[in-house]
Amino acid sequence: MGKIFELIDISATYGEGIILKDVNLTINSNDFIGIIGPNGGGKTTLVKLMVGLLKPVKGRIIMHKASGRDTKNQIGYLPQISLFDKRFPISVIDVVLSGLASEKAVFKKYTKADKDKAIELLARMGISDLYSRPIGELSGGQMQRVFLCRAIITSPSLLILDEPNTFVDSKFEADLYDILLELNKTMAIIVVTHDIGTISYYVKTIACVNKYLNYHPSNIITEKQLAAYGCPIQIITHGDIPHTVLKKHDH
Amino acid sequence: MAEFIELISYSFFSKALLAALLASISCGIAGTYIVARRKVFIAGGITHASFGGIGMGYFFGINPMFGGAAFGLLSALGIEFISKKTEIREDSAIGIIWSFGMALGIIFIFLTPGYAPNLMTYLFGNILTVSNTDINFMIILCSLLILFFILFYRIILFISFDEEYAQSHKLPVNTFNYILIALVALVIVLNIRVIGIILVISYLTIPQSAANLLTRNFKHIIIYSVIFGVLGSITGLYISYIADLPSGAIIIFVFVVLYLAIWLLKYFHQKHRIQRQLK
Ligand SMILES: Nc1ncnc2c1ncn2[C@@H]1O[C@H](COP(=O)(O)OP(=O)(O)OP(=O)(O)O)[C@@H](O)[C@H]1O
Ligand SMILES: [Mg+2]
Repeated sequence: MGKIFELIDISATYGEGIILKDVNLTINSNDFIGIIGPNGGGKTTLVKLMVGLLKPVKGRIIMHKASGRDTKNQIGYLPQISLFDKRFPISVIDVVLSGLASEKAVFKKYTKADKDKAIELLARMGISDLYSRPIGELSGGQMQRVFLCRAIITSPSLLILDEPNTFVDSKFEADLYDILLELNKTMAIIVVTHDIGTISYYVKTIACVNKYLNYHPSNIITEKQLAAYGCPIQIITHGDIPHTVLKKHDH
Repeated sequence: MAEFIELISYSFFSKALLAALLASISCGIAGTYIVARRKVFIAGGITHASFGGIGMGYFFGINPMFGGAAFGLLSALGIEFISKKTEIREDSAIGIIWSFGMALGIIFIFLTPGYAPNLMTYLFGNILTVSNTDINFMIILCSLLILFFILFYRIILFISFDEEYAQSHKLPVNTFNYILIALVALVIVLNIRVIGIILVISYLTIPQSAANLLTRNFKHIIIYSVIFGVLGSITGLYISYIADLPSGAIIIFVFVVLYLAIWLLKYFHQKHRIQRQLK
């Protein structure tokens, strides 16, 4: 149940203008945090800081070493936008396996067990029949699922998803959240989303990001509270949930 | 054909075949990398920039290939650096380096007193005049390339496919990018003797593109393009011998014919398959 990751007094910039200021966040091993905030609020920037794609101008980031593993790939990551070449000659299963590339010693090949694991993950995402196809021949939602497999094949201790519901259909969206709940038994999860209505069923806590980060230690949040956090966003609810208050969903 | 086999036994011709084989292997590997990563224009820039070093070599009386290698490496690392670390747009930077290298080469060769070097050898290459030293350098480079790609294949593939994700795994992405582009530069410079500045890009792109028609697997593209490279070179050498035409140009002609043939085969195969599915 211990701390696995800490952001301490972090500020970040891309050159001009401070995008994030004095951000503090501690992530424990069973956390499931929903990150919300307006467009351009700095959610993706926060994610990039966590996975090491951007260096903070101020503050410290600490990754606590989980027992018996390298901190190198302790984080699984699903980018909001993957900047890859759609025509790159690589098959679906090799994309998934590439998640393991950094932990393979130079000479070691992917083992049969690695491949089985990859296929199993693809099956869980409902796309195991596509394993040998070139990645460029998949639809947007199918690709998103492949990248999710790549993110979790290392069994990371922290999984960070930046808007995983772009591209995927509503059927898979529901599946996805169930998969995440299952994964949450063994890893902390951070999910960036605009769909606060749905996500609050699943997350345990909420962080509002709009230059500053306000941590809300519950999954029930009102629009009033959001405004107080400097995150003026509307809560779109699905079904019969009251307009302002999001209730905890029992599992 | 018997005549051709007899020909092979001449040392200059068997050396040419060996050079073609080594060119096919080195370009097969390096070319797959640059084609997959869409760095063909960078390869063009490196090729032409190295001409500056060749000219400088003539002027100062050192081996032109050393000058070429120095310029090739510097321009390769320079382009990689410019595209990553500065605001200058990559293709514009390549255009500048490309033409500046050529200009320097022409100036130096013009200034070289007395002996006017045979420019044509560098522009178009001459597979029949490849020296033992050239062959030895190429053997070393091929071994280095094969070793590097075997050792780091998975990491090269990972970085090439999605640099950002590889970076999030704390892999030394930039180091790999620099090493790989430096290897590409060495492949280009060593093959200039064989295929020439103007034609070297063909060995780096045509067999790979043909291979890419048949497979979307990085490793298989390497293997197929080495095979196509060898096939094309031998056929080209043979035709150039019997028709008494320049070997480099004929080899490329064969490459393109091979590419078109594969493209056509694939086209009709696919059409046939679709027809069957529609029934
Ligand atoms: N590479 C970049 N260079 C310069 N500025 C950037 C860069 N990426 C993002 N920004 C700026 O940083 C701010 C935060 O962007 P970020 O992508 O973190 O927002 P976000 O909260 O993820 O938004 P969205 O909900 O649209 O995904 C924006 O104002 C954006 O203009
Ligand atoms: Mg974002």
